[in-house]
Amino acid sequence: MSFKILVLAKQVPDTRNVGKDAMKADGTVNRAALAAIFNPEDLNALEFALRVKDQKPGAEITIVTMGPPRAAEIIREGLYRGADHGVLITDRKFAGSDTLATSYALSLAVKKLAPFNLVVAGRQAIDGDTAQVGPQVAEKVNIPQITYAEEFVGFNGDKLQIKRRLERGVEVLESPCPVLVTVHSSAAACRVRNAKLLMKYKHAKTDIELQELSEDYWQIFENRPYLKLIQWSVEDLQADEELLGLNGSPTKVKTIENVVFTQKDSLKMGASDGEINKLMKSLISSHVLG
Amino acid sequence: MEKNIFVYCEITEEGHIADVSLELCSKGYKLAKELKVKLEAIVVGSQLDMVVEELTPYGIDTLYLADAKGLFPYLTLPHFKIVSQVIAENKADIVLFGATSIGRDLAPRVASKLKCGLTADCTALEFGDHYVKKTDTTYKNLLYQIRPAFGGNIVATIINPDMHPQMATVREGVMKKETVKSPSKPKVIHLEVDKYLSDEDFIISILERHIEAPKVNIKGAQIIVAGGYGVGSSENFKLLFDLAEAIGGEVGATRAAVDAGFIGHERQIGQTGITVRPKLYIACGVSGAVQHRAGMDQSAQIISINTDPNAPITHIADYNILGSVEEVIPKMIKYYRQNSK
Ligand SMILES: Cc1cc2nc3c(=O)[nH]c(=O)nc-3n(C[C@H](O)[C@H](O)[C@H](O)COP(=O)(O)OP(=O)(O)OC[C@H]3O[C@@H](n4cnc5c(N)ncnc54)[C@H](O)[C@@H]3O)c2cc1C
Ligand SMILES: Nc1ncnc2c1ncn2[C@@H]1O[C@H](COP(=O)(O)O)[C@@H](O)[C@H]1O
Repeated sequence: MSFKILVLAKQVPDTRNVGKDAMKADGTVNRAALAAIFNPEDLNALEFALRVKDQKPGAEITIVTMGPPRAAEIIREGLYRGADHGVLITDRKFAGSDTLATSYALSLAVKKLAPFNLVVAGRQAIDGDTAQVGPQVAEKVNIPQITYAEEFVGFNGDKLQIKRRLERGVEVLESPCPVLVTVHSSAAACRVRNAKLLMKYKHAKTDIELQELSEDYWQIFENRPYLKLIQWSVEDLQADEELLGLNGSPTKVKTIENVVFTQKDSLKMGASDGEINKLMKSLISSHVLG
Repeated sequence: MEKNIFVYCEITEEGHIADVSLELCSKGYKLAKELKVKLEAIVVGSQLDMVVEELTPYGIDTLYLADAKGLFPYLTLPHFKIVSQVIAENKADIVLFGATSIGRDLAPRVASKLKCGLTADCTALEFGDHYVKKTDTTYKNLLYQIRPAFGGNIVATIINPDMHPQMATVREGVMKKETVKSPSKPKVIHLEVDKYLSDEDFIISILERHIEAPKVNIKGAQIIVAGGYGVGSSENFKLLFDLAEAIGGEVGATRAAVDAGFIGHERQIGQTGITVRPKLYIACGVSGAVQHRAGMDQSAQIISINTDPNAPITHIADYNILGSVEEVIPKMIKYYRQNSK
């Protein structure tokens, strides 16, 4: 049996490029104004998986993502770069899930895809920066975890050797499979799209997307089954609804406030020699500089 | 049974209790006093002889020690097994972890096991009530876990009404480290480590470790010269190092400067970097994004050097110098040297 790798990837609003129209007048976030992107560290995760695959001929990578229907975009993005399959978990009932409920849903999908050898996630998603989903999926699937991975060192027999980043250094760990790895942004950047794969998977679609297309499109699918992306609902996963969405989320948002500036008494000054001289003198005499 | 506050204390490479853990004990002490409950802490490691003495000044009531070979350096599964079981056995109601590579590895796995919530990177913790209209219930003294959200553009207060314990991680430097006046020794409970662990918990092995000596001490610096994207290049960062050396400070940076490769990530200040509260913060070519301010707005005095008179940083700076980094910094060095002997 081939070596099976699952990559957990999330589509996120690009919070790093928050423009002026990103916040609505009432202080809430205007998601529509933000581009939806492949979570950056999930691209590092995909590259990590691809490097494992490079060393294990015949290995297969499946991208697993939970999100709204349009999140299928990142599955295709993954296929263009060398992944083999994709699963979209989508259902209104997942809305409002915090990390615990999200990891519950993802863990069901992971179990449904068993047996597998390796699960790879990003360290954290930029929309929340929580870094929780990876370790929580590992706990729920009951496999060990290696977080902050920076490099796939290689195989030692059936075991994986992985270098991970610490605050003040690195360590190399060895783990049997299956194991869940979360990948740090300091790991290798993801390879670019492959032109051939782009042609091959350009038309890959989920069921929801297919429904919006014409009959001719369906024809293509008859002959090329690999174009069909798997799509799972709450029912497909046989998930306990009590553990999903707002119900299954222990954390609740009580209030949200816009970040407000408190205007300080501040001194505006130019950069002339006289002004800088005066500033340094006053900082020295007030013992701020000494 | 009374419900206590519990702190997971990390051991540093040098074998001491980590600063972030001492900071959390200090915060935990205040929270415990407010609710009139006990403050408990757990340390997992090897050869923990000195930790009782190190922790005594922080007013901990009960200290759980899991001291055995193989528990240092940190490995996820053994620490996870011990910590999650001890929390469950003692019914802790609030559990705090440092938001370090260890805390962020351990806490989510523990929260998943205990089926409770976990709020990452809190910047403030306080108590408050919560009323639910639908069921007409009031929750008393919930932990308000306050953190920046959505890329720092908003501040959210998170609560866990029902599924306890309430767990949070906090970054180093966010809480203040404060010892307690005339503390008494904690009650020490030596855990029977074998009871919690099995061989399977050691299936991941450590082949190699390379630990660097702590290089930069930005957190402890009284003066910080921070550079942003506006500094323009790593060459120009040398100007900042010159200034820092002249006035006795450390060099910090924004994420944009780090991402641009001007300087190493160990100097990043802000929500995803270090939190600092120096006497003087000189922001050079820094726009003052919320995520950056989250790590420096407690500075006693702030000087901004910026070519844009309307950059957000001007709202929090005490002195706003309108000018370029290249022009202003050499002048600052020159006039500092002239005026101080
Ligand atoms: C989840 C998340 C977490 C983040 N965490 C952090 C964090 O921990 N720390 C952090 O810093 N950022 C963080 N950021 C990024 C943050 O949003 C900003 O992008 C970043 O702080 C901007 O850095 P900057 O001020 O250096 O760059 P810019 O915003 O590009 O500002 C550069 C400034 O330099 C000025 N300038 C240009 N040329 C000159 C010159 N020659 N002389 C003087 N001034 C000049 C410009 O007028 C401008 O004000 C985070 C973002 C996200 C989404
Ligand atoms: N909805 C999701 N679908 C797929 N993977 C996810 C999802 N949410 C989180 N992940 C994975 O978990 C990692 C950590 O996410 P977070 O805990 O939200 O910071 C991400 O980098 C992804 O690999």
